[in-house]
This record gives sequence, structure tokens and C-alpha cells, in this order.
Amino acid sequence: MRIRLNGKEVVLPDGATVDDLVRHYGLDGEPVAIERNGQIVDREAFAGEVLAEGDVIEMARFVGGG
Amino acid sequence: MEPLVIAGRSFRSRLMLGTGKYDSLEVMRDALDASGAEIVTVAVRRVNLESREPSILSYIDLQRYTLLPNTAGCHTVEEAVRTARLARAAGLSNWIKLEVIPDDGTLLPDPIATVQAAEILVKDGFVVLPYTTDDHVVARRLLEVGCAAVMPYGSAIGTGRGLEAVERIARIVDEVRGRVPVVVDAGIGAPSDAALAMETGADAVLVNTAIARAGDPVAMARAMRLAVEAGYLARRAGRIPKSSVPSPSSPEAGVVGRS
Repeated sequence: MRIRLNGKEVVLPDGATVDDLVRHYGLDGEPVAIERNGQIVDREAFAGEVLAEGDVIEMARFVGGG
Repeated sequence: MEPLVIAGRSFRSRLMLGTGKYDSLEVMRDALDASGAEIVTVAVRRVNLESREPSILSYIDLQRYTLLPNTAGCHTVEEAVRTARLARAAGLSNWIKLEVIPDDGTLLPDPIATVQAAEILVKDGFVVLPYTTDDHVVARRLLEVGCAAVMPYGSAIGTGRGLEAVERIARIVDEVRGRVPVVVDAGIGAPSDAALAMETGADAVLVNTAIARAGDPVAMARAMRLAVEAGYLARRAGRIPKSSVPSPSSPEAGVVGRS
């Protein structure tokens, strides 16, 4: 399936979850935040949140800033 | 120093640090340590999909520091609220340093949008620390909607121009009357600026660029720490009024050899 992740088109295996996505980018264990189609996905729900064709995902983390 | 209290939490340090613009995360870590800060700001950004970057949180001991995520880069109420919610969803804090800054190159806040976003976020359960102008009426509005601090600029972000309008900071201190901390945020260029902010009655100072881009950031972090403490003590000690009339410090009588 194809999704838009942080503004870019990404192809994922069918059935992939938010948790799979976070692990794919090596971010498991780091506080990341996910928005799916404009709605926040709670961290507790990452494993059960199955992605769908056309999803628009924002994946954010903390970086240096004032 | 008496503890700084924000939203019921006590802090020994009155210096907050930003974590941007350091040459390396190691230098940032050491500067945080030297500063004695307990509150550190971070930004929220999209994960870079092209390259794996180390997590800044590997360099910030969360047992020691309270993370204060910001909404830097947000131009509108909607962007700021969305970014604040993402920051909270990361699961570390419901505190937010609110910034709503128009895309006009000034890096000066939009005070109306800031008040609007603050109201939404307070109702949504956030502890809101807004970056604001040095206008006392805006400070009043931010208090009215339930902000946990007021953070006026000394001068524009990253300019290092210090407190361009000291009397306006003083007016905000008068307006707020200790109900929440006043934190001078942005524009601090040198320890003398930080000390002046504290002497003027600010409860704390937030510094990023002046430390991160100093020749020796770790040494500057320590200097800022001492300046904040000096300014705090001086404020409590009560400085003398300024006078246009000079007055000698030594006795005028008894000068040797005078008839």
C-alpha cells in the first residue's frame, strides 16, 4: 500500500501498523508522535493501529530548539 | 535563591536553556550541565526519512531536566495547537512553550494569535508558557486565559541585542504582580543582559543562541548561571535609585593639608 509519510509517498506491506512504521525508521524506544489523517494516535495504540492505502501520516520527534 | 515555581512545580534554577544551534550534542549536554538549568526547550519536527539522526534525548537526562517542547516555526493558531498536541502525544510532558510567529521575517510574536492559541491549549489541559511581546496588556490577556508564565522578549530571537526596552519589561512585572513567573525569553546576548532582566524583576531567563553560539558555550553557560543568580540577589537587595546629582563616597571633611 502507499501512504504519504511526512509529505513523501512511501510503500509499505499490507497490514503494516504504526508500530511497524516507527520500528522501520529505528525510532522504537524514542518518544515519537504520530498523526494519522489529522488525528493524534496515542502511543499505546501504535501496535493496534493498522495503516490503510492513502493514509496521510505525520511522524514527529524532538530536536534541538529554543 | 528561592525556588522558581511554575504550575506548582519547584525549580532551583532560574535559567532555562534552549537546545538549538549547538555545534554538537556533546557540547549542548556539557553546556546544560554547566548552566545548572532544570528546564530545557526542544522543538518538534518531522522525522527525517532520508537519514537516521541521533536522538537529542540521548543527551538530555530526563531525571534531571524538565523538557519544555516549543511550537517554534508555527505561523498560525492552528499550526501551534497541532504541534503542541503532537508534542504532548510523544508522552513526556503536557508543558508547552507556545510560539506563534508570523512568516514575516521578524521572529516577533503575533500577540493576538498567541492569546487565542493559549486559550485553546489551557482548556485542553496544557501548561502553557507563551513567548510574547513586551506589551503589558498582552501579558494581562495571557494571564486571563490561564497561562502558567509570561515570556516577553528582550529583543528579537537570535539578535543578542539584550533588553531593548527595560521599562516595558518592568511594566509587565508590575502587571503580573507575581501571579505567575515572568521569564525574559529571546534577545539575551550576554550575562549582563541576563542580570539586567533579573534586576528588573524577571523571575527567570531563557537563553539559547547566546550560549550555543558563544566562543566557548560551556564557559558561557556558567557565566549566564552566575549572572542570573547575581541579578536575582541584586533585585532582592534593592538597588539604589539613579540620580543626576553626584555624591562622594568618601568623607568630604578632613582632607589632609586643607585649612
